[in-house]
Amino acid sequence: MVRIGIIIPAYNESESIIQLVDRINQLKLNECEINYVVINDASTDQTLETLQKNKINHLNLSINLGIGGAVQTGFQWAFKNQFDYAVQMDGDGQHPPEELIKLIDAIILNGSDLIIGSRFIDKQGFQSSFFRRLGIRCISIILQLFIHQKISDPTSGYRIFNKKAINLSFKVYPDEYPEPESLVYFKLNGLKISEIPVMMNERVSGKSSISGLNSIYYMFKVSIAMFFTYFRYRK
Amino acid sequence: MTTIDILSIGGSFGFLILVASFIKKGKLREEYGIVWIIVNLTLIYFALFRGQLDVIAHYFGVFYSPALLFIVAIAGIFIFLLHLSVVVSKQHQQIKKMAQQIAHLESELNAQITTELKAEK
Repeated sequence: MVRIGIIIPAYNESESIIQLVDRINQLKLNECEINYVVINDASTDQTLETLQKNKINHLNLSINLGIGGAVQTGFQWAFKNQFDYAVQMDGDGQHPPEELIKLIDAIILNGSDLIIGSRFIDKQGFQSSFFRRLGIRCISIILQLFIHQKISDPTSGYRIFNKKAINLSFKVYPDEYPEPESLVYFKLNGLKISEIPVMMNERVSGKSSISGLNSIYYMFKVSIAMFFTYFRYRK
Repeated sequence: MTTIDILSIGGSFGFLILVASFIKKGKLREEYGIVWIIVNLTLIYFALFRGQLDVIAHYFGVFYSPALLFIVAIAGIFIFLLHLSVVVSKQHQQIKKMAQQIAHLESELNAQITTELKAEK
């Protein structure tokens, strides 16, 4: 029996979280024990009340730590419970739980330590706006300089980690916009990273933190963070 | 003694009293208080002995002595701001760790309470 822990960071996701958890509960995967935890990142809406009322397993952060801090809290939970694999899945409904089987099969079969669900390999499902795709492409090129591997969707938050990756992530994980930076960290720590195609949806509710002027800050911050992560961990 | 002498000496002493009262009330930690006290004593020294600034400026080859004061002050402010950024970054990590630990402990406590309530029933 493979034990899987799904980490769902949630900030103001009261409208989408029940639907997502219901879909996870309906999953029927052979030889898999599915567990999940919602990390309420100090939401200001009714997310916490929704989680409590519906008895959804959750961890409540009393202050907003951002996506990186929330996901790291999930890795601590996964490490404590000694899961075989941990899955990171957004709480806004962008990542269909039905695609999870693809990630699980891939990580069991191909021996990678971390597998990223990419929306840009088969180019199916929600593809994001033109400018966002352009930004992701730029990050992908910069990332390739550091890790010498092409990652088509470096900002994807739909990922599966094995124990080796969980052991690294629960101790150190980047704070803000962590996905591309964490890939540099993982690669320099000797993890095998690969990608598989997955379908993604448009978010059910809420809005992205990366828009307008924030997107310029995002590009700058992520590039700087990858650069310094590279020099911090290179051997 | 000119008006500017009185103003600068008075201002420096006033600032020193303010720093001391902050430390006394516990609003300013001693480690930061030391920095401000040293800054203050320097200000008082140059307010009392203005001629000394000219001597030091001349020694470094600076012809306009207040310029030396500005350079030193700006450099000091930059270094102190950098130090504060390091302190804030460290505190950010500590707060993050604390919030994560609280979340785990809260979850364990809730699980324990639920188990005890079930056992009572």
